[in-house]
Formats: sequence, C-alpha cells, structure tokens
Amino acid sequence: MTDIAQGSPEIVTEQPAKFAMGKSMKRKEDPRFLQGKGNYIDDINLKGQLYMALVHSPYPHANIRGIDSSEAMKIPGAVAVVTSKELNAYNVGWLPTFHGLDKQMVLADGKVLYQYQEVAAVYAETREAAYDMIELVEVDYEPLEVVNNPFKAMKDDVLLRPDREAKTNHIYNWNVGDQGATDAALATSDHVVKQHVVFPRVHAAPLEPCGCIAEFDVMGRLQFYVTSQAPHVYRTALFLVLGIPEDKIRVISPDLGGGFGNKVPVYPGYVCAIAGALVLQRPVKWIETRTENLTSSFARDYHMDIEIGATKEGKLTALKVNTVADHGAFDAAADPSKYPAGMFGIVSGSYDFPVAYANLDAYFTNKQPGGVAYRCSFRVTEASYLIERAMDIVADELKMDPTELRRKNFIQKEQFPYKSPLNFTYDSGDYEHTMDVALEKIGYKQLLEEQAEKRARGELMGIGISTFTEVTGAGPSKHFDILGIKMFDGAEIRIHPSGSGIIRTGTKSQGQGHETTWAQIVAEELGLDPQNFLVEEGDTDTAPYGLGTYASRSTPVAGGALALAARKIREKARKIAAHVLEVSEHDLEWKDYAFHVMGAPGKTITMKEVAFAAYTNPGDNEPGLEATLYYDPPNMVFPHGTYVAVVDVDRDTGETKVRRFLAVDDAGTIINPMIVEGQIHGGLTEGFAIAFMQEIAYDEAGNNLATNFTDYLIPTSLESPHWETAATCTPSPHHPIGAKSVGESPNVGSPAAFVNAVIDALSPLGVRHIDMPLTREKVWAAIRTAENAVAAD
Amino acid sequence: MNEVNVSMKINGKTVTGSVESRVLLAHFIREQGGLTGTHVGCDSSSCGVCTVLLDGYTPVKSCTMYAVMADGHEITTVESLAVGGKLHPMQQAFWDQHGLQCGYCTPGMMLSSIALLKQNPNPTEHEIREGLSGNLCRCTGYNNIVKAVQQAAQVMNQPELAAAADD
Ligand code: FES
Ligand code: FES
Repeated sequence: MTDIAQGSPEIVTEQPAKFAMGKSMKRKEDPRFLQGKGNYIDDINLKGQLYMALVHSPYPHANIRGIDSSEAMKIPGAVAVVTSKELNAYNVGWLPTFHGLDKQMVLADGKVLYQYQEVAAVYAETREAAYDMIELVEVDYEPLEVVNNPFKAMKDDVLLRPDREAKTNHIYNWNVGDQGATDAALATSDHVVKQHVVFPRVHAAPLEPCGCIAEFDVMGRLQFYVTSQAPHVYRTALFLVLGIPEDKIRVISPDLGGGFGNKVPVYPGYVCAIAGALVLQRPVKWIETRTENLTSSFARDYHMDIEIGATKEGKLTALKVNTVADHGAFDAAADPSKYPAGMFGIVSGSYDFPVAYANLDAYFTNKQPGGVAYRCSFRVTEASYLIERAMDIVADELKMDPTELRRKNFIQKEQFPYKSPLNFTYDSGDYEHTMDVALEKIGYKQLLEEQAEKRARGELMGIGISTFTEVTGAGPSKHFDILGIKMFDGAEIRIHPSGSGIIRTGTKSQGQGHETTWAQIVAEELGLDPQNFLVEEGDTDTAPYGLGTYASRSTPVAGGALALAARKIREKARKIAAHVLEVSEHDLEWKDYAFHVMGAPGKTITMKEVAFAAYTNPGDNEPGLEATLYYDPPNMVFPHGTYVAVVDVDRDTGETKVRRFLAVDDAGTIINPMIVEGQIHGGLTEGFAIAFMQEIAYDEAGNNLATNFTDYLIPTSLESPHWETAATCTPSPHHPIGAKSVGESPNVGSPAAFVNAVIDALSPLGVRHIDMPLTREKVWAAIRTAENAVAAD
Repeated sequence: MNEVNVSMKINGKTVTGSVESRVLLAHFIREQGGLTGTHVGCDSSSCGVCTVLLDGYTPVKSCTMYAVMADGHEITTVESLAVGGKLHPMQQAFWDQHGLQCGYCTPGMMLSSIALLKQNPNPTEHEIREGLSGNLCRCTGYNNIVKAVQQAAQVMNQPELAAAADD
C-alpha cells in the first residue's frame, strides 16, 4: 500500500497487521483542505441570496411589550423583519427539542428567557445592511426576576415556563439502580466518602461557527445547506416542524469546520432562514457570529453529590449519586428519548460495585438552552469525571495509592459481558492490563520517588490517574431513538467495473477523516485499494438514512454497516467468481484477499477481476456489484483507557504546568493509527481546556460572561501540553470488525486525570477538591486558604 | 453607505472592487477575490483562521483590517501555495504529519508557519509554538502541527530534499 504517513504515529497497536486496516494511511480528504478548496457553509453562495441576522435579548428574563421595526426597515437594502408573531401565523413559532421532552421558542414569544435569546430575524440585501438593521429594531423589554442557578429554580418562587402544563421549574426526574440496597450497603460500610462535584457549563466551540442557506427551488423543493452533524435527522425534523414532505427537502451538510456536538441541534436561526426563504421567495443565508455560537447552546452543567462506600481493605461496597442538572431555558438536550440524562449510568465506571443508585433532577434556569454534547456520548463525560475524581478522594481517605484502589476494584476481564448495577452490559475490556501498560510507560514508580523528594522540599508535584470506561455507539433500536427514529446507520457501497467504488453513509465527518477510514474498512473486507474509493456523506438525496456523527457512534454503528455491506458484496462476488472460474461457489474460499478454488492451488480470482466480470461476464447472476445495508447494533461498545498526568504547581502563583501526559486508549480494533492518534491529541487538548480554562459562567444578574474567545478560552499551541499516546486492544466481541470508538475518549477521560494531578500536588496542604476550571486564581486561592488554615491551628 | 474603490494584488492578480469602507479584508478576499480559503471564525481577532500575508511575509488577521487599508498592497492567500498542482513543502508537511483534521484553521496556520520560517528558518519546538500562538486549532492539539512545521523547515532549508521527494 502506498501513502503511509511519514511521521509514523507514536501509537503502537497490539493488533495484527492487515491489508488496509490498522495502517496509517494519509488522509484522502486533505488535498482540498490544504489548498483552501474546502467547501464550508460560508463558501456557498446562491444567486439572489439575502443575508439574515438576528436580534438578541440583552436581558436574561423579561417580558416583551412590543417590537418596532419601522426604523430598521428604513435601512437601504432592508427586506423584512420577522418576529414570533409572523412565525406563529405559520405555526412555526416553536420547535420540538430532539429528545422530545420539551419545545423551544424559535423567536422570543411574549418573553425572553435568557440573555442573547433570539428575538427577531432581519433580512437584507447585504450582510452589512442586515447588521445595521438589528441595531435599529426597537424592543420594549420589561425585566423580570432572574433565576441564575438550579438551586434557586427548584424553589419555584419564579416560574420560568408558564407555557408548560406543569407549573414548576422542575423538568424531570431520572433514576437508575437500587436505592434501598445502596442505602443499606452505605449504612454498613466501614468508610463512606462524600463529595460535591460540579462539572461546569462549557461549550464545544468548533472554529467554524454554525450557519445555513435555505432556498426553495422552482419546483418548491427546499434545498437546505447547513452545518449539520446529522443531516437525515434534520430532514425528518424539518418535516415535523414545517410539515414539508421529506421528498421536498434536501439537506446538504458541506465540509464542516469541526463540530464536537455543537452542530447536532436544530437552531432557531435555521428555522428563521427557511421561513424567510419561503415567504420572501429568495435564498437566505445566515452565518453565526462567534457570540451567537457561544450563546445558543451549552454542554454539561451538572451539580453532583457522590457517596462511595468501602471496606477497611479498600473494597468498594456501594455508589450513590445525586445530581442537579441545569438545563437552561429550554430542555434542548439532544439525548435519545428514553435517556433524558443520557448515558450517565456509566457513572459506576470501571469498577465492580455490588450496588449502585443514581438519581437526577433537571431544572429550567435563565440561561442558554441545551445539554448538548461537547465531544461526549450523552453525559458520559460528567459521569466519568465524577467517578474518577471520587476514586482519588476515596484512595486519599483510605491512605491507599490511587492505582491500588483501582486495581482492587476493577471489573476483571473474565467478568465480561459485565452487567453493571446501573443497567449497562459492558462488552469487553482489560482494565488492569491497560493500566499496567500506562504505569510502565510513564515510569510511575520513578515518578513517585521523585514526588517524595520534591514534597520533602515543599515543592508541589502531582500525578493524576484516570482509568475511565465509556459507553458509546448508540445504539440498539430497542433502547435508542431520536424523535422516534431508531439509532441505526446505513451504508451503501457500489463497486465499479474497474474495481474502484463509491461509499455512502448517513454519518457526517467534521474532521474525523471518514473519507479515509471508511475506504479502509471496505478495502479490507474486499481486498481492493482504499485509494480507489470515493466516500460521500452529508447529502440526504444520495446518502442512505443514518443518524449522523456524534456520541462516538460513527465507527460503532456506520463502521459496522460498512463492514457488513462489504461482506454482502463479497457473497455476491463469490457467485460471479464461481461462474468465471467454472466451479461451484462452495468450492471457493476467501483467503488472503482473493477467492481461491479449494484444492486447486493457483486457481484464484481477485476482487478486482470479479468486479470487472460483474459487468462483463456475470453469467446467470444479476449484473453489477453493490450493496446497501442498515446496521442495528446489538449492544453499545465500551472503550476504556488509562490516562496519567504529571503536573508541577507553582506554590507562589498557583500556576500549573502539565509536564507530561500519557493516554493509553483501548478502542478495540483500530482502523487508522495516525487518525486515532490525531483524535486523541485533539480530545486531550479539549479536556485540558475544560480542566484549566473554560467555563460559560453567569453573574448574579444572569449576564453571560463567556460570549467570545477573549472570555471563553481555547488553548493555543503555547499552553497545550505535549501528548504521549499508546494503545491496547480489546476488540468488541459483537462489532463486525471489533472496533469501539476513540474520538471522545480523550475528552471524557482526561479532565479527571488533570484535576487528580493538581489535587495530588496540593494534597500535602490538605486540599481535597477544587471544581474546574482549575485556573491559576482558583489554585492560588486554594493554596493560600490551606496555608492560612495551617497557620491558624 | 459610501462605497470606495479598492484595488489590491491578491496572489499576484489585481482585484478591484467598490465596497463600503467598513468591509473587512477577509470579506473582500472571499467575495471580491472569490478566494474562500481565507476563513472567518471569531469576532474578536482571536482565532487566526483569517490569516493572510501582507506585502511579502507579514502575517495579518484579515478580519482585523478593512479592505481599504489593503488598498494598493499585496496579499498572499493559501490558494497561491500550490504551484502547478505541486503542493508547497508546508502543505506537503501538514499532509504527511496529519497536521489538520477539519481543515478550517489550516490555511491560516500554514501561512503563519511560512512567515515564521521566513523569519526563523530553524525554529525550536518552543519557537514554533510561540510563533503559532495567534492561530487556534480546535482539532489537532498542535503536536502534529509542530511536527509539520519541523518537516517543512527541513525541506525548505534543503531544497534537494523537496526535489528528492518528487522522484
Ligand atoms: S476570524 Fe478570528 S482572528 Fe480573524
Ligand atoms: S484542523 Fe480543525 S481547527 Fe485546526
């Protein structure tokens, strides 16, 4: 095979070498990006298009007494101003949220519920005119009392959503596990460790903001170009919201400049652009500003109380978690409908808890709506962070090494498939092995010795471990659906006479490299050259239905569909091969990437030759060589890993330096080590950002304090640590190629490693926990407080 | 709004347009120049995806300049890097080292890298990281970008390497 990446990745896999899989093939999509020829949403312009801009509320909670757009309409080039009144007249004033528990205003309807909420849409001949117009739309607001946190919300003194039947700010309760048994076990445990842990509100912030262009063509068909990680779901959602039949909707998701979950929801701006295009009979383009991007959705915002029981010897006895979730103004979480709290049940992690119970209550507040992902499979990050953080606290209380506590309580490899007390059936794993590889590679013993010396000198060095388990690949249709649509994925493969082909899936890469990895999967199954496959995604007219790319589901679901579709092709190819070789198909075996006549050495035919025959000499067989397959996975997959962070904290300034970071991931079978390593680097950098610098914070008055990149920080090359990686390989037993997932693991597993390392550094001072982000100021304050407490004794 | 005539050389070609004086250079390049490799990612001059080179090798954030300010100047964008279908050593290096994922930051990142190597043909890892700290990347975590710039530096300092790579 040609075109192996030159800078061979550090990742060394344990899996056997293959034909196309497991190779660091350079990315097929790169040449267009490298030459500035990517086709991102803002690169698309339609003839006669109008520009749309949105008026946003400066108030977090207010009644709207009136909207006057007369001045705005005087701007040269002004075309129209739309408010909820017009939308309601067309019955599109509200839009259902993805998991079906709530609906969301498209434009503020009578009141605003959070700062920056969309209040009016303006349409103009130029972008500049549209932005002039929004300055002149006069909105008369009557400010109302603000509920800026869920603890205030739960008092129900101020009712935020009178539009709902239930007159309360409480959205839902969710729980799983055995409460009675858990309480009983905690009551009789030698130790019970309790901790309140907050996972702050953050945002995925891809570098390309969201945007769209809507056009109704001459046949009345909606052509909708949009930054979407899930184009088919959008098409069905548009049918549900607008009542347009799906054959009259074409959703095209072009190249995406990152997504990380931010490009899953259907945003109000999209509906306004479509409404404008319909009424004004002109294409309408809308591209978010960065502020609009950062203020329209969010991830996390879980306030968690954890209790863990343990014996004197460090055997875990019970786990109990109680969570208060802040969902903002609308419950716009993009979770599967039966899982309002997503996959939070993975909170028992890699450990064999005899009993466990998790309870969660979600509330409305005057904040941006959401609960969408940020490189995370539906709340896995909150759960993994909590358990991995808490394990360190337990180890500290029991005076055990955190790796020993983990080793003592890991689910053992012979326990798989493992039924967790919170109702997941883990597919496979070897946690101890992965941890051993990591400890060996990082030199854990030497680090402990170095730390002891440094501590003796009063220096603050910390080692943080995280041995997380994820649950990804939603999912089996009996449990998982979005808007009622089961979470399968489709794949279509068509082989041309020359042995090249085209691959189409319902997923949508945002940088993950599907144009390369999908070709590798198919090439491996068929013994064809991966360079000769075109991979197409994102156009609902051509791609088979699929639920899209998020929640680390592409390889677990679409990857399975691809492998099985390729095998379907192989079965047809076998018949054609038999015809060409003039043998019975039962005399053929598929070996070393070709068909061989058993017992007749040398009598073989390659897939390339079969492909040609399929069009030139198929015999009695149906001509052509293609397959479409929809894959409904039998189970989720459970990737895991051990991450180790080594930090030095400056006692005087509170500054943390991440000196080393090692990620050992077990994602099962790996398709392309170079791409896997790239995903890990990117995810670790996002985890680093969350641990140390990112938060969408609000002040008491409900002002959003993180509305652009000067307040919501993205790590630069200078702060970002150097990443070390390695891999172990425990294939998924049920996945067609044994693959799990990896794109989100580093973001799920790393925050705990970072925080554990910093707390480990500060532990000689008696610091037990600090909530993220661990900014210099917070760490400095924790050091000073601890020192003052010692001085006061 | 008053429009002004603006004329500049973009990648050696004169582009002229009558635009409002507040039109950003980034939008002029994209719309008047028809060159969409220059991206826009923020409203606060923070991300650098709009980076172009001004009058040779000075990297500027084209979202932070008005088109009128570039009147009469020369602009280099990503579209000029590959010549006759042959990738620039920087492009080749980003490809070889997997220095891009979504590709949104890549044009600006490569132009900043080229400017950096012009100033400092043999940068250390720290100097590369410092030199690129005005260009955010959300996907790669920078390790592979650093490797790419190192590879490009090596090739650009020894043109025979680039020639050998052709064979
Ligand atoms: S667009 Fe972000 S710095 Fe120019
Ligand atoms: S490659 Fe996506 S932002 Fe850099």
